[in-house]
Amino acid sequence: MKYEYKLYEPSWCPGCGNYMIRTALKMALEELEIEPHEVVLVSGIGQAAKMQHYIKVNGFNGLHGRAIPPAIGIRLANKNLKVIVESGDGGSYGEGGNHFIHAIRRNIDIAHFVHDNQIYGLTKGQASPTTAMGQKTTLQFDGVKVEPIKPLALALTMGAGFVARGFSGDIPHLVSLMKAAIEYKGYALVDILQPCVVWNRVNTFAWYKNRVYHLPEDYDYTNKEEAMKKALEFDDKIPIGILYKEEKESYEDRFDFIKNGPPLVDRQLNPMDAERLMEEFR
Amino acid sequence: MDFSVLIGGAAGQGLETSAHILEHILKRCGYNVFTYRDYMSRVRGGHNFTQIRFSDRELNSFTNKVDIVLALNEETVLLHKERLKEEGIIICDEDISNGDRTLSFPFRKIIGKIKNPKVINTIGLGVILKYFGIPLDIGEGVFGKLFKGKAYEDNKLALREGYNLIEEKYHLELREDKKIIINGNSALSLGAVAAGCRFYCGYPMTPSTSILSYLSSKSHEMGIMVEQVEDEVAALNMALGASYAGVRAMTGSSGGGFALMVEALSFAGIVEIPVVIVNAQRPGPATGLSTRTEQGDLRFVIHAGHGEFPRMVMALRSPEDAFYQTARAFNLADRYQIPVIILTDLYLDDYTKTIEPFDFGRIKIERHILEEKDIKEYKRYEITESGISPRLIPGKVAGQVVLADSHELDEYGHITEDTHIRTEMALKRMRKLDLLKDDLQEPWLIGVEEPENLVVCWGSTYGAVKEALDRLIEEGHSIGALVFGDIYPLPKKKIMELGRTAKRIIDIEQNMTGQLDSIIREETPYKSDIKILKFDGRPFSGEEVYIKLKNEVLK
Repeated sequence: MKYEYKLYEPSWCPGCGNYMIRTALKMALEELEIEPHEVVLVSGIGQAAKMQHYIKVNGFNGLHGRAIPPAIGIRLANKNLKVIVESGDGGSYGEGGNHFIHAIRRNIDIAHFVHDNQIYGLTKGQASPTTAMGQKTTLQFDGVKVEPIKPLALALTMGAGFVARGFSGDIPHLVSLMKAAIEYKGYALVDILQPCVVWNRVNTFAWYKNRVYHLPEDYDYTNKEEAMKKALEFDDKIPIGILYKEEKESYEDRFDFIKNGPPLVDRQLNPMDAERLMEEFR
Repeated sequence: MDFSVLIGGAAGQGLETSAHILEHILKRCGYNVFTYRDYMSRVRGGHNFTQIRFSDRELNSFTNKVDIVLALNEETVLLHKERLKEEGIIICDEDISNGDRTLSFPFRKIIGKIKNPKVINTIGLGVILKYFGIPLDIGEGVFGKLFKGKAYEDNKLALREGYNLIEEKYHLELREDKKIIINGNSALSLGAVAAGCRFYCGYPMTPSTSILSYLSSKSHEMGIMVEQVEDEVAALNMALGASYAGVRAMTGSSGGGFALMVEALSFAGIVEIPVVIVNAQRPGPATGLSTRTEQGDLRFVIHAGHGEFPRMVMALRSPEDAFYQTARAFNLADRYQIPVIILTDLYLDDYTKTIEPFDFGRIKIERHILEEKDIKEYKRYEITESGISPRLIPGKVAGQVVLADSHELDEYGHITEDTHIRTEMALKRMRKLDLLKDDLQEPWLIGVEEPENLVVCWGSTYGAVKEALDRLIEEGHSIGALVFGDIYPLPKKKIMELGRTAKRIIDIEQNMTGQLDSIIREETPYKSDIKILKFDGRPFSGEEVYIKLKNEVLK
């Protein structure tokens, strides 16, 4: 281990799944020997999105639902930075749903860790895009009346090359997922199930604990049909692990001038270099 | 000499290509050219026209009267025949019109010989070239730059056929061709590239799209990342990400797209990440007139965004101004770590004009980034007297991290709700606006030095006002104009000086409410006595401003 990540005191509720996710993130970064200045954590708004305030690292805590666009901008500006998006189910699949879809289309090299507790925590208990149909909340007092989004299935249909699900209560497994996602060259989605101890009385720690199971050793993560089945399995049993993985060219590698040159941020700028562009107007 | 040629037809009839070729031929002959484009929001049909004006003196506007109408359809004849000058003529195919003042020719029959219907407009161009006595080889040279192979041969043939249809009416003297011909958006884009902008993102929206497509065409050559985003919400957030990571970044749209950026504009304010945002205005509200022009968003961009934060707003006045001011916008954004908003409008974005080549040597790139590697305790949002905090680029100094946050933050960039820090941070940010006032450029003063009649205007109306004033001053009127480029914060020195001595102030704007005038009234003891406002989606011509000033002010 090259470096030990410094932690700050969080303002999360005791028992919140975010603590375990932070532990896993710290371990993943340390085991990959990435130093804090080499990585940027990008987030939106929500409890998950405060991560960069609780672990010492470059941090871009932007607007609600808007974590992905700046992450893309950062990555394109400096391909030497590891870019990780940390946001909740609301920011990632609700407010930021459009950015989520288009990030998959691009396949830009970012790891997207969604802290999915199937509820809105910071705004006090309303339904999130992943809250189950019929579940009663502080806002949907007579039950949710819309279907939940199925993020992994959506990612698969959009052609995502790395689709995984983790559980905050299984740290060693989550660390392995995070490491694989960070090392994956392209857009990597890890939907991380976590309990919200205050606002979600249905999807509790025990609820998840009793349902999650590791994908079997002989599971073939290159089989998309199988991955789709696993992505839709979300009732008595919930599979965790890498559901699908496929090597694809990353977005930045599709541009020669980015792939084969120094990062954009390191290029020398000289106004005179642009003078020749005036020729076409002569 | 001062001639205007109007080419009109339906969308899809190739009039834009013909206009492009004709303006380049005239430029090649050494004349000043000003081309104004009027088009509808459709891919086929409707009525579009382009007016190419040329002269041996500098041109700043189009004219209402024209010398030649090249009519590609009957509608063009009906719509524009009243605009012919006394000696003006219509040139068209014999099936379109045979009325008086019309030179009609069997274009379609000639095309049958060449067997390429695509070159039909070129016959008309041949007629125009001969009419003005322009040597055929200059025309062929311009075609040669644009077309190759059979397309070139057929065009050459068509041009000759047209050339042989009439006798010379004029014999234009050839002059030296030293200028460039460029529109506002290309000039703006060139300014951005010269300034080192290496990230541009946007969603196509008229009239900003040509910035996106121009920069995209130079992307590989110049190493500029150009990204077509899913929406304008993504656009500004993405540009902020790129800028945070240290690359000069810009985004652009029209008013509707800018509206989607407003949330992120406020974010840019608190997070203090430099960014340049172009709002290429068109008439609203909402979709409004999507291929027309207006100056209706001035108040909008000054006030856009929740909360209070510093920003700068500048308007571009001409293609020359677009180049130099856009480059300057990047330096201001970097120096003050603020969003700089550039206002253009469809008229300026699209009209082309011959101007002196840009002096790239005048462009300076000033980044104001912390280069120090030996930092003990880095405070990204350090409270300083100037309000400007040290900016470090993430990943550049081992052991140092850079935080950015949309929450209120402390000096290190961590979330805070502390009353003292909040107050200090808000004041720190706003102090930058005071400092910025020293960097403001006063409006251009054109016309009489200490005028009795003081015009105030901004942005693209410069051209029409300049032409009108030149004529009025020639007639002996005491009139001058302040043409604002920097608008927010408002540079006040010149208006304070001239407002005192002027007998009357005349506000000329392309909007309904006189937005600049209201800002002047807010910031100074002065307001306009007379307003000349236009908001029908069409630009002022110099002639129109001249007539209005004559009838409503100098009567």
